[in-house]
Amino acid sequence: MSLAPAVETNELRKVFGDNAAVKSLTLQIQQGEVFGFLGPNGAGKTTSIKMLVGLITPTSGKAALLGAPIGNRSTRARIGFLPEHFRFQDWLTAREFLTLHGQLFGMERQRLQAQVDELLERVGLSDFRDKAIVTYSKGMLQRIGLAQALLNQPALVFLDEPTSGLDPVGRILVRDIIRELRTQGTCVFLNSHLLSEIEVTCDRVAFISHGEVIRLLELASLDTGQVTVSLRVSGLSQETAAGLSPWAEAIHLEGNHLTLTARNEETLPEINRYLVTHGAAVYEIAPKHVSLEELFIETVGKDGGL
Amino acid sequence: MSPIFVLARMTFVQAVRRRIVLTGLLLGICFLIVFSIGFHMINTGNIASLAPGGGKGIQHIIDAEKSSGLFLAGLYAVTFLGIAMAALLGADTLAGEINSGTIQVIVTKPIRRSDVVFGKWLGFAGLLGLYLLLLAGGTTLSILVQSGYVAPHLFAGLGLIYMESLLIMTVAMACSSRFSALATGGIVFGLYGLAFIGGWIEQIGAVLNSPTAVQVGILTSLIIPSESLWRRAAFEMQSPLSGLLGISPFGATSVPSLFMLAYAMLYLLAVLALTVRVFQKRDL
Repeated sequence: MSLAPAVETNELRKVFGDNAAVKSLTLQIQQGEVFGFLGPNGAGKTTSIKMLVGLITPTSGKAALLGAPIGNRSTRARIGFLPEHFRFQDWLTAREFLTLHGQLFGMERQRLQAQVDELLERVGLSDFRDKAIVTYSKGMLQRIGLAQALLNQPALVFLDEPTSGLDPVGRILVRDIIRELRTQGTCVFLNSHLLSEIEVTCDRVAFISHGEVIRLLELASLDTGQVTVSLRVSGLSQETAAGLSPWAEAIHLEGNHLTLTARNEETLPEINRYLVTHGAAVYEIAPKHVSLEELFIETVGKDGGL
Repeated sequence: MSPIFVLARMTFVQAVRRRIVLTGLLLGICFLIVFSIGFHMINTGNIASLAPGGGKGIQHIIDAEKSSGLFLAGLYAVTFLGIAMAALLGADTLAGEINSGTIQVIVTKPIRRSDVVFGKWLGFAGLLGLYLLLLAGGTTLSILVQSGYVAPHLFAGLGLIYMESLLIMTVAMACSSRFSALATGGIVFGLYGLAFIGGWIEQIGAVLNSPTAVQVGILTSLIIPSESLWRRAAFEMQSPLSGLLGISPFGATSVPSLFMLAYAMLYLLAVLALTVRVFQKRDL
């Protein structure tokens, strides 16, 4: 049996007044995938998430989570959500807070109790379990929020800027938790503008601008190390350059300047050997990893899509 | 456990933790102390001289009238405190949580939005019930202990006063589902003021035999029937004699009909339904 997509949207649109916050969002995310949602401020990321979790009614378009149309109540029992800039019932202690939310998830008491203790341990708040949330630091709030989103062992979890307000230790914690979720087969929808964050955790990213997906990218291709290389060579003909095709693609020679995309870094010595044996003089080989940041700028532009 | 009860309990605990209950309790006790001392001083003062040579019967009637008048004056203050508490609780609740964002992690749980409204409503209803029980019960007991007086139809009267505070709380919640807490406060107290003035126009109109004034009063009661609930409560609990004598500052001359009470009940339910509807449609 094939699983329904974790998230599926079709021309989802939200208009506030005469401003289209989300123009037309069409996406498909598989279960178990860690999906990054990237875009400049005001691109409609949070509005999109809010439509998916049922806080905002879409103006038009369709969306389904785990195979059920958005707004389906029983599906929400399998979804976790950490909102951006979230605030909680801070007059509760951490344990009371998680218990309250577990009850709202409709969790059975013993399972809830075990989950609460385990999650408090996992996010490093065990020592503060009986302290009122109002006394928590920003980082601790983010941790308790994350615990809240994972209480019901969701099949799909939306994290809206989960690392904002976290110090490096906290960020590593979030990263580790996301990795654990992936191994458990949980689909994570991660909204962040910390590109390095997305780069190390996500399987796939969507760049969005003005509420439209403008590029979808498998991050595996960044990881498995396709390398753009720029070389300074002399005595190289176009034909000889074309002979590099077993190791590289997008080969482009202009004067003494050769650029190509190598399969991976390990092929570079071979490329060098080939050039030398074919009579070219190599002055410089400069491999260049394309970072997500560069792609981001390239895709949305320096003005951030404004 | 049903999410409505989970949320009702949360609302209750919230009020306790945020010292709303404590503040209410302290002020309530202050009120009862002042009221009891005042009643004691008036009760032991020698008003009997007003009826020189009167028999024991007359003395008894005067005592009862005195107690009745002070009882209604006390309950008038209690009603006002109950309404203030109701307006404050209701005004902040939805607006405050929408504003702070705490509502986002609640309504995305597998519950209905109406559960949130009903849960909060029940929590506040419980709080207001306890608050009024303390104040009205204290007033009643203070008079009972000092003079042995118990008003007629006590439970019906107190029930109506409770209903008035529920009505105001419901109206506040309805506004709070759409407007900010501050705007809600303004609207609710404005409506309360309207009902208050309308009530007096109706009363004075009744005394001066002006049917137009009475109709103006009834009209404002249709806009918001809170004051008519108090006047019906006062009518139920006033002594038979003051009922015959006519106007008294805290009693009722033009008595709201049973139709008006039914109207108030329907009004409350309709406003609650409206709150659910507005809150369901709202983008959060």
